[in-house]
Amino acid sequence: MSLQESAETGAIESPFVGGADPSTMNAGSMRLKSRGRVAAETILPPFVMGVIFISFWYAVSYGVLDERRRFLLRPPHQVLEVGFLDWNNFSEILNGLLSSTKVAMIGLSISIMIGFFLATLMSQAKVVERAIFPFMVTLQAIPILAIVPLISFWWGTGQRSRVVVCIIISLFPIIVNTLFGLQSAERGMHDLFTLHQASRVTRLRKLMFPAALPAIFAGLRISAGLSVIGAIVGDFFFGLGDVGIGQLLRKYANNLWGEQLLAAVIMSSALGVTVFLIFGWIQNMAIGKWHDTAGGGA
Amino acid sequence: MTATTTTTSKALSFDGIGMTFPDGTEALRDVSFSVDRGEFVTIVGPSGCGKSTLLKIASGLLENTEGTVSVDRERIGYVFQDATLLHWRTIQRNVELFAELHGIAKDERRRLAKDAIDMVGLNGFENHYPKSLSGGMKMRASLARTLTLQPPVFLFDEPFGAVDEITREHLNEETQQLFQREGFAGLFITHSIGEAVFMSTRVLVMSARPGQIVAEFDVPFEYPRKPELRFDAAFAALSGKVSAELRGAHS
Repeated sequence: MSLQESAETGAIESPFVGGADPSTMNAGSMRLKSRGRVAAETILPPFVMGVIFISFWYAVSYGVLDERRRFLLRPPHQVLEVGFLDWNNFSEILNGLLSSTKVAMIGLSISIMIGFFLATLMSQAKVVERAIFPFMVTLQAIPILAIVPLISFWWGTGQRSRVVVCIIISLFPIIVNTLFGLQSAERGMHDLFTLHQASRVTRLRKLMFPAALPAIFAGLRISAGLSVIGAIVGDFFFGLGDVGIGQLLRKYANNLWGEQLLAAVIMSSALGVTVFLIFGWIQNMAIGKWHDTAGGGA
Repeated sequence: MTATTTTTSKALSFDGIGMTFPDGTEALRDVSFSVDRGEFVTIVGPSGCGKSTLLKIASGLLENTEGTVSVDRERIGYVFQDATLLHWRTIQRNVELFAELHGIAKDERRRLAKDAIDMVGLNGFENHYPKSLSGGMKMRASLARTLTLQPPVFLFDEPFGAVDEITREHLNEETQQLFQREGFAGLFITHSIGEAVFMSTRVLVMSARPGQIVAEFDVPFEYPRKPELRFDAAFAALSGKVSAELRGAHS
């Protein structure tokens, strides 16, 4: 029987692992559990946890704190009324959030460019990696507080310094993950490219970079979250120019406006989670078809 | 002594090949033999005897410390132990890879890939990603990728070692058919005596490290070889002889 014949007569083995089409397997396993049960298993645990959390919050607000000290933790419904439903307060928080998001995205974009450039450079020669990497570790280890005076001395106390803080905080995971990814292509794959006399650029473009994508996305998801933190931290120290969410947090805390303070904290977390989810979605779109862990954790 | 790459009347020839690694390990000693087009030579030998090292030397991935290799490395086909498919490419794009690396135009490489995919019976799986294919199908895709360049010399580094017995037998038969059709010079590495005798025109037995060729067997069976050949008395007798030599090589 020829190869063609064997294919036509179906004599060849099933192409799928375990002899079953994955789409059929998914359909089969989905049939075992009703859609409602799957939804319940997905939604119920966080919902129950949320109820427990809010109950605990009320318990502390009304049970632990007396009227005089209740400003320390306003009950949830007051936070909702003052922080979210009062448009004046909420629009102020949204504007602050927008300003911080802008800073975070500028910082993250610059981090991505610097990170990709340095990681690519380091992936090309061990000696370059040995030269650059210790400095990257050092940069990562410097407490931001220690270099605040230096940053304001060089870049002032406005948006530029806030972006610099973002870059310092978010750069390291991008470099480390991209470098790890670029070095992750299997030896056999490199041998293939060597056998066919592929140039350095071809190897980078067609092998190392695509192989690095899962690790790159893992780094991006971490750095995206860190860039939001960087923008807020930067706001605390460098308040000139647009009012960011960090400056609002400081204002609310100084004035003991507990409702707005908690609303701003919730919105800051929401921003961090949103950025993380967006990068997770991009990861899924980019590599979900061929990479098993895409869409899962970083 | 340095390796040279030349084209001779033989598609692939090793002359006095020796290989000592920088740590002092002597992997190969005075290995000499040649493979012509239309010949399928299989090397069997104990683990770590230098079989794979010899293929790497032939392909240029390693440089031998002694002797001379004669082969046209521009068009050498190499099938590794693993399928080494790029996970992010579909089967179609994986099969096109070598043609792409050689700068062949898109339309032409699509045609070459299609022919190769047809040849290994992977039609219908062009748009699948490697993760959804079984080990045997991945090896077929790996074979197809190599076939696109129509190499006159094919090196196989124990390509079917990781698949189950039945799939292995299928792949043996299919590789044999490809060999008949393409008429390349094949150099195959395996631990399986049955596989060696079933596919080859000649079987070489290599000793334990440092690897040397200690025995050579011509395989007289006509192509195409049917699966039933494996149960033939002459096949069993020849396999027995190779096995006896191999046991000697181990000791």
